[in-house]
Amino acid sequence: MMIEAILVLAPLAGAFVAGVFQKVLGDRLAMGITTALVGLSAILSLLVFIDLIWGGGAPRTIELMRFIEIGAFQSSWSVRVDTLSAVMLVVVTSVAFLVHVYSIGYMAEDPHRARFFSYLSFFTFAMLSLVTANDLLQMFFGWEGVGVASYLLIGFWYQKRTANDAAIKAFVTNRVGDFGFALGIMATFHFLGTIQFFPTEAGDVALFSAEVGGRLVDGVLHNLSHMSLMVGQWSIPAAELTAILLFIGAMGKSAQFFLHVWLPDAMEGPTPVSALIHAATMVTAGVVMICRMSELFEMAPNAAAFVTLIGAVTAIFAATVGLAQNDIKRVIAYSTCSQLGYMVFAAGVGAYDAAMFHLFTHAFFKALLFLGAGSVIHGLHHEQDMRYMGGVRRAMQFTWAMMLIGTLALIGAGLPIEGLKIGFAGFYSKDAAIEAAYAAGEGGRAFGMFAFWIGVAAAFLTSFYSWRLMFMTFEGTFRPNPHPSHGHEDVRPGAASDADLGHGADQHGAHGVDHTPSDAGPAGGSGHGRDHRTGGGDGEGRAAPAGTAPAHESPWVMLGPLAVLAVGAVFAGWFFYPYFIGYKADAFWEGAIHRHHADHHFPIWVLWAPVAVTAAGFLLASVFYLLTKGMAERIARAAGPLNAFLAQKWYFDELYDAVFVKGARALGDLFWKGGDQKLIDGLGPNGVAKAARFGGRQLRRAQTGFLYHYSFLMLAAAVLLGAFAIWAGGGLELLGG
Amino acid sequence: MTSEDLLFSLSWVQPELLLAGFVLLGTLVGALFGARSTRLLNVVATAALFAAGVMALMHRPEAPQDIFAGAMSIDAFGAFAKAVIAFAAAATLLLGAEHFHRLQDQQFEFPLITVTAVLGMFVMVSANDLIALYVGVELQSLAAYVLAAWRRDDARSSEAGLKYFVLGALSSGLLLFGCSYVYGFSGSVQFDTIAAAAVEPGVGLMFGLVMVLAGLAFKMGAAPFHMWTPDVYEGAPTPVAALFAAAPKVAAVVLMARMLYEPFAGMEHEWRQVIAVLAGASMLVGAFAGLVQTNLKRLMAYSSIANMGFVLMALAAGSPEGAQAALIYIAVYLPATIGVFAVMMALRHQGQAIETIGDLAGIGQRHVGFAALLTILFFSLAGIPPLAGFWGKFEAFRASLGAGLVPLAVVGAIAAVVAAGYYLRVLATVWFSPSAPSDVRPSSGVSAVLAVVGAALCFPLLLVFMAGLEHAADAAVRASF
Repeated sequence: MMIEAILVLAPLAGAFVAGVFQKVLGDRLAMGITTALVGLSAILSLLVFIDLIWGGGAPRTIELMRFIEIGAFQSSWSVRVDTLSAVMLVVVTSVAFLVHVYSIGYMAEDPHRARFFSYLSFFTFAMLSLVTANDLLQMFFGWEGVGVASYLLIGFWYQKRTANDAAIKAFVTNRVGDFGFALGIMATFHFLGTIQFFPTEAGDVALFSAEVGGRLVDGVLHNLSHMSLMVGQWSIPAAELTAILLFIGAMGKSAQFFLHVWLPDAMEGPTPVSALIHAATMVTAGVVMICRMSELFEMAPNAAAFVTLIGAVTAIFAATVGLAQNDIKRVIAYSTCSQLGYMVFAAGVGAYDAAMFHLFTHAFFKALLFLGAGSVIHGLHHEQDMRYMGGVRRAMQFTWAMMLIGTLALIGAGLPIEGLKIGFAGFYSKDAAIEAAYAAGEGGRAFGMFAFWIGVAAAFLTSFYSWRLMFMTFEGTFRPNPHPSHGHEDVRPGAASDADLGHGADQHGAHGVDHTPSDAGPAGGSGHGRDHRTGGGDGEGRAAPAGTAPAHESPWVMLGPLAVLAVGAVFAGWFFYPYFIGYKADAFWEGAIHRHHADHHFPIWVLWAPVAVTAAGFLLASVFYLLTKGMAERIARAAGPLNAFLAQKWYFDELYDAVFVKGARALGDLFWKGGDQKLIDGLGPNGVAKAARFGGRQLRRAQTGFLYHYSFLMLAAAVLLGAFAIWAGGGLELLGG
Repeated sequence: MTSEDLLFSLSWVQPELLLAGFVLLGTLVGALFGARSTRLLNVVATAALFAAGVMALMHRPEAPQDIFAGAMSIDAFGAFAKAVIAFAAAATLLLGAEHFHRLQDQQFEFPLITVTAVLGMFVMVSANDLIALYVGVELQSLAAYVLAAWRRDDARSSEAGLKYFVLGALSSGLLLFGCSYVYGFSGSVQFDTIAAAAVEPGVGLMFGLVMVLAGLAFKMGAAPFHMWTPDVYEGAPTPVAALFAAAPKVAAVVLMARMLYEPFAGMEHEWRQVIAVLAGASMLVGAFAGLVQTNLKRLMAYSSIANMGFVLMALAAGSPEGAQAALIYIAVYLPATIGVFAVMMALRHQGQAIETIGDLAGIGQRHVGFAALLTILFFSLAGIPPLAGFWGKFEAFRASLGAGLVPLAVVGAIAAVVAAGYYLRVLATVWFSPSAPSDVRPSSGVSAVLAVVGAALCFPLLLVFMAGLEHAADAAVRASF
């Protein structure tokens, strides 16, 4: 009871203290307090997890507070502890703790560190209340809370216009999804009269079954299967409707196709934020929600097919875009988007365990990649463009090694030999997702086979762009940035003057749009002459040997978290494979999610296909970026429109701008100028006022001031009034009588 | 009439006797001491008016008492109205005293003629036959003509007095014409006898009634007999305009209510349409014409026209609730109106009371107190809750809706909104117009005090007063009809 409450509330306390008393405490103390409290939370989460999995602890719900009771509508603030939430607790708190530690080094020069750490801790709290929710409303609270934290952190460098734009874009795009989620909650309540997941008391009406006090209380979710919503002649199955609405919420948060546009832009935030929020935790909330509602999606085959389709399209779409990005963080962001697609289609084909497993391993290696990229950016004095990197390996050996582990985990390096399955974390989980899609396709599930092939193709692309990133960044010779300004993150006070802000923003646009990738760069160009900023850290401004990057290795406070994550990226898959999807899975999940039990035997080519394409990706990338200089550039030039199409992210931003932004503005203009100004104001307030003044002026004209006018009017009025009275009073008859 | 009857009658007209005695004695004093006695007479006149009002309230009969052989009738309704008239007149007399004192234009006739007008109003209020009615109206009117032309050397004032006199004579002619018809077709000038005849309505009686109503509508300044009001208000000295806007309205309304509800109660069906037309026309004219005014006194004239429209709307209900609503409306209308005039006189521009809306520009920055007073007063006039003006309008609307006069209520609602436009325009000038470098100076005399009192009374003091007023009006109406 106490432990669960503390582990959720500790980050909130840290956020509050660091946020409110930042002036009093100072940056160091604020950082210390928040990091320690999140660390405490991480330890407690680990204890809860261990107790639940190996210690014989039972799934349970701890109600902290009744929140809303309006008739049948009940909502309380609880901590739900079962395998699903315990996995998330571990992922969230451990990554959050590591990111806190890492940020101490990464944000060392920032004057607003206390605020940053307060936001980070607040995010952690919101994410914890999301994953420990025992009803949809608390989940929604956490959902919105992480949205707010994400907004604040993306726009943390509020002096930078692009960061503000990105923050707003993330927030607005998520609103679309959140609206769907809210409608889904309403639909759930409308059909079933409850939004509670598990019963806490014997009398509770809840969605799912659970034992309360030794007696099984049945869930009411299954009632949904024979309900429907009548819209005119149409009968919409309640389960499908509810599932689709909830999934729209998940699409926004998990950056699925159509609602993905915010995620790459979110890279405007500091890199630790990208690692925590936009890789490991928040963006997986949609997957968590689908898994929490897995029973519902099992009842709604059409909705599940839609989930599969969207997941698969996201996986391949983001992977293609990732091929043509030059910003190191954007490559990883599209990779995240693509991997989320894997999780979602795995959930869509019913392999919720595989989805959660991939989520779990992905959190480690993607956080590792982001933090590693952050280390590179830090070492290169906030250069983010891979075209202006190269040869960094020699200066940053440790970071390179960590990034290598992350890349191997991401592409899923491993050997799928029956009985001797061995590989990095991503190998187990991604292949599980791909195999589940194959099995579902075999079983006739809609889009199952489609998802399988997409998964294989995306694995090839993943391998290619991952190695491209590695080679462009760490291998070859250093290519200095011809522009005097630094990259995106270089807007911190002390590191750049205000004059740089506009320039940085301009360059941001230029990177993706006009420049064809100049991967080869000016080989062996003047190694010196790079204008180092004194704010960059250790003042390594001297001329470096030709071809060597003028980089410096990051401090240990940043490298330590990398090492911890690297351990996870290597071993998490191998160690947890039996628990998540292997022979111990039933005991592990204890019914927290829906599981299919069909025991599949896959053809050997299905098992080898992902590994084969991954190796092919590696070879191709080696040829392009390692062995033959300038080849990639030539190909990119030859395939100009295609390259532009990919570099421009399939023109989604332009499409949305044309349709939604311009469209909304045109619609608004129409209503404003035509409807409001002309019609409502014209006939309404202004028109009436005009008419009233006109009437007033006419009356004033009658007020001539001449006695004979007045007296005439009086007499005329008296006579007319008399006539009127006789007419109105029926006096004509009286006259006759 | 026996001496016993005479004594009995005189015992019920003590307020009137007090006022008449003051006028006679005051004339003597004035003739002897000239302008030097003005100050004394002002004070005594105010005291006499106050005393008369209190006496009327204290000494009111349980049941209506016919006196002077049925020429007059004393009842609670009249007593209530007399008190309101006396207090309003006392307030405007104080304003006038201060005003003329500042102008170094001390004339001892001013308090005497004001009190004479009030005496006429008292007679109007208690009139129970056509003769008393006419005498009361004429006494009040003749005094008013003189007051309007008080500044003989001022062309505008003289013009106002002359216009008022000529048109007033015309209206008196209409009134008399109507009275002769009523007498001719009912055979009596006595209200009770007329009431008996009016049970069977005829065209002659109807026509006579309409002419009488036209005459009374002129006195109360209801459209379409309103044309004199803006010109006379603008031309007359400001305290006189304040008097015109207040006391005579009450007398005319009470007299009209008495005419309609007592002798012509049997012809309710016939006269309701006429009153409704008068009400609608007054509300619309007052609301719309007021929009384009720049002179504050003319604005207040149109405001009074619109407000008389609301009173007539209440009267058109034809029920005791209608009379009660009319009485409440006029009682809450008076403090706000007198308060606005008091502010106009308290804010002086080159020694004169301010006249135009433009003079108020920037008052909100320089004289916040007066700006706040004006805000309260105009909000009350516009009928914005919780101020008293809202409850007055509320009662009026309730009465007319209760009688099923929905179209009239709709017209009233429109007029109320439009009228709110010009009240708010004044306040916009007060608060938001850039402060012009003008030499508007506030004074802290009687006018300022009265402005504060007026504004204070705009708060339904504070609902307790309202409850008392409603109770008093209710009791008065119930005892009388």
